[in-house]
Amino acid sequence: MKPRDDKDLAEAVRAAKTPFEVLGLETKRSLGRPIEAEKLSLAAFNGIIAYEPEELILECGAASKLSDVEKMLAQKNQMLAFEPPNFSNLLGSKHAGSIGGALACNLAGPRRLKAGAARDHILGLNAVNGQGEIIRAGARVVKNVTGYDVPRLMAGSFGTMMVFTSVIFKVLPKPETEQTCVLRDEGPAKAVAQMAELLATGAEISSAAYVPKQGTYLRIEGIAASVKARVAMVQAAAQVQEVLKVAHSRNLWRELRDVMPFAAEGNKQIWRIVLPPSEAPAFLSALPDGAEYFLDWAGSLIWLAADAKFNPRAQLPNGVATLFRASAESRATAEVFHPLSPELAALSSRVKAAFDPKGLFNPGKMYKGI
Amino acid sequence: MLRMPEADQSVLARRGEIAAALRQIVPAASVIDSAIQMRPYESDGLTAYKQMPMLVVLPETTAQVSAILKYAHANNIKLVPRGAGTSLSGGALPLEDGILLGMAKFSKVLDIDFTNRCCVVQPGVTNLAITKAVEHEGFYYAPDPSSQIACTIGGNVAENSGGVHCLKYGLTTNNIMGLEMVLITGEVIRLGGKFTEQAGYDLLGVMIGSEGLLGVVTEVTVRIITKPETARAALIGFPSSVSAGQCVADIISAGIIPGGMEMMDKPAIHAAEAFVKAGYPLDVEALLIVELDGPQVEVDDLLARVEKIALANKSKTLRISNSETERNLFWAGRKAAFPAVGRISPDYMCMDGTIPRKKLPEVLAGMAKLSKKHGLAVANVFHAGDGNLHPLILFDANKEGELASAEAFGADILRLCVKVGGVLTGEHGVGVEKRDLMDTMFNPTEMDQQLRIKCAFDPKNLLNPGKVYPTLHACAEQGRMIVRGGALPHPDLPRF
Repeated sequence: MKPRDDKDLAEAVRAAKTPFEVLGLETKRSLGRPIEAEKLSLAAFNGIIAYEPEELILECGAASKLSDVEKMLAQKNQMLAFEPPNFSNLLGSKHAGSIGGALACNLAGPRRLKAGAARDHILGLNAVNGQGEIIRAGARVVKNVTGYDVPRLMAGSFGTMMVFTSVIFKVLPKPETEQTCVLRDEGPAKAVAQMAELLATGAEISSAAYVPKQGTYLRIEGIAASVKARVAMVQAAAQVQEVLKVAHSRNLWRELRDVMPFAAEGNKQIWRIVLPPSEAPAFLSALPDGAEYFLDWAGSLIWLAADAKFNPRAQLPNGVATLFRASAESRATAEVFHPLSPELAALSSRVKAAFDPKGLFNPGKMYKGI
Repeated sequence: MLRMPEADQSVLARRGEIAAALRQIVPAASVIDSAIQMRPYESDGLTAYKQMPMLVVLPETTAQVSAILKYAHANNIKLVPRGAGTSLSGGALPLEDGILLGMAKFSKVLDIDFTNRCCVVQPGVTNLAITKAVEHEGFYYAPDPSSQIACTIGGNVAENSGGVHCLKYGLTTNNIMGLEMVLITGEVIRLGGKFTEQAGYDLLGVMIGSEGLLGVVTEVTVRIITKPETARAALIGFPSSVSAGQCVADIISAGIIPGGMEMMDKPAIHAAEAFVKAGYPLDVEALLIVELDGPQVEVDDLLARVEKIALANKSKTLRISNSETERNLFWAGRKAAFPAVGRISPDYMCMDGTIPRKKLPEVLAGMAKLSKKHGLAVANVFHAGDGNLHPLILFDANKEGELASAEAFGADILRLCVKVGGVLTGEHGVGVEKRDLMDTMFNPTEMDQQLRIKCAFDPKNLLNPGKVYPTLHACAEQGRMIVRGGALPHPDLPRF
């Protein structure tokens, strides 16, 4: 099924007797639990609808390619500040995917520390719900509290509530330049403590990562004079081994954003774990042999590659663990998304039903029965 | 006249019994049932509307909130949650047959965690108290609604409050990491935590800004950030709102996101200047305050760029603050704009639409026409960076019919905002104030979709009914209600 426009889509949904696998550009299809259902392709919903740089507004078809959108924004020195990762190497797909997919998966890059995730920049959308109704939510303005925040509720819903046809995002100016301070590797506990200390200075660090055997990376973005002054601030507060200039710095953060350290094919499962930064060292101290990891978001994000036997949730008192890359068989049986308490599971199921009462969209993609 | 859901006489008849039951849950003194003691709760910041609640209860633990909600749910009793009562849209307006759930006793800062850059607080803690609790280490809580000295973080969560700094630092929703909340059934759930991710759906996202209709928040984890090294402001006068608006657009196009960017029109400038003597120029049509914050070198560099852009847009006057005293003076007029207008008019009504910024000249011209039509003056203050407009309508409630004219004028302004592609409210919330205008923005299908979210949380419509949405909604069990054929569901339901 490949509807041409929203009326076509709405009609198809109204007529549907069986569920759909909702697909944009199919680059992140392997996220979540596998689905056996008719494909519903939204590829036709692409193209820019409105781009108003001075209003910081972008509206485009949900299946617009991220790379095209970002290229267009860059011409006006703007960007999607949440820095959507390109998981194509990690997941074996062709490109970074669509902007609607970035919302459905609530993507966020290393700049999350400062700029948040897709959820923090979504302003509105057009969608079709599970009853085949066309729903408009939000608006082309950057500040709006009229009614429930439906657009934000759609962030990270993995196509299970509504099918997006177009999205409205807030865009922001691109930093003029950036540099990265590199600190020597002294282990994860020291790295997390150092990142917390340096984030508390006025250096306005926008990304902070730790890669074992390499060290701690601290990104500083802005106008040249400011970057220079803030790099000096970090140098005054810590032993900086090296300062990466703009091209090198951009490249480094792109690689970390895209999880390139784990891009190579392998037998290990890849987990994405989000937890309070201060709890990362304890979590890492109990990893099994052969597990590999690196930290982003000042220690709040752990990318972990480990044997299929390893269950990180057993040692994660606070946090959210997602099985990000695994075989289809594993994903069919494992809890891919972090388990919910019974109360939260029941509420989530009712919220899903509020949009998709017949369970037509991506049933079971996130949780059994949701 | 505002219509609220009809009071349930059978509930009112059981008032004594309900008070007694609540006294089994909280200490006797925490249930207020005398008229004189309930009086302070009869309205919130939208003082045009008043209603005495049936009872007031002041719980102080999550377990008590849970027990109260469970009891109310079992006995079909409505509840209106309230923080400090500073809502400008009537979000905490009581119901005649409802329990007013005052959250003021939840006033503790539970955990200050500098390592994880967050703070866990109870919902009755004021917005400013969070900053006060962390500023000794150079941190602050960014969203700063102008009521921040009084408003509570729980109320900020309910309203998704903004402030002058939200273009750069985000709204409440961008600065909350976690919540503990109680559902109407009494179930306690936790969303998020000391990390920026939730298991499953983004229910934090829909809870924030839900105006007390979905659940009662009992604990909030907020993000704290480091205070900028310095801040300086430019005060720029323009010969027209068009040139001021173009200056704002050019600043943003140049890649500059100021910490604050406020605009005032001539009536607002004059009222403010007469009140606080901030040295505002009186011969300009529009005044911009542009504040840059961050490292000193960045602030100086960007201010020089702003100055160039202002000159290119024919600014008539331009001053840049050279001290904290001067910067605060620039702001003093803007921050006192509401009381300043209150000084020149017996009453005023503050509106809160957002528009695409480029539509500002059109909207200001339209407002001038409406001002003539309704025979009432208007002064405008404007969060220029994000297009959030606060027209202040001047009227005298003691004059026959002027309140009604002011309300009609306000509604016309909001319709105009929606017509040019904007929205009814940028930060004050819908409440009861804009409730009956919701259908200018949403068609019945869209409204019904939003009401089904309510069903998922509160199928009996017991939490803050009569707010935000102009109709109630009959919820089927489990929210599994199917509407077909494009017909408006439940045409028999009363609009109030």
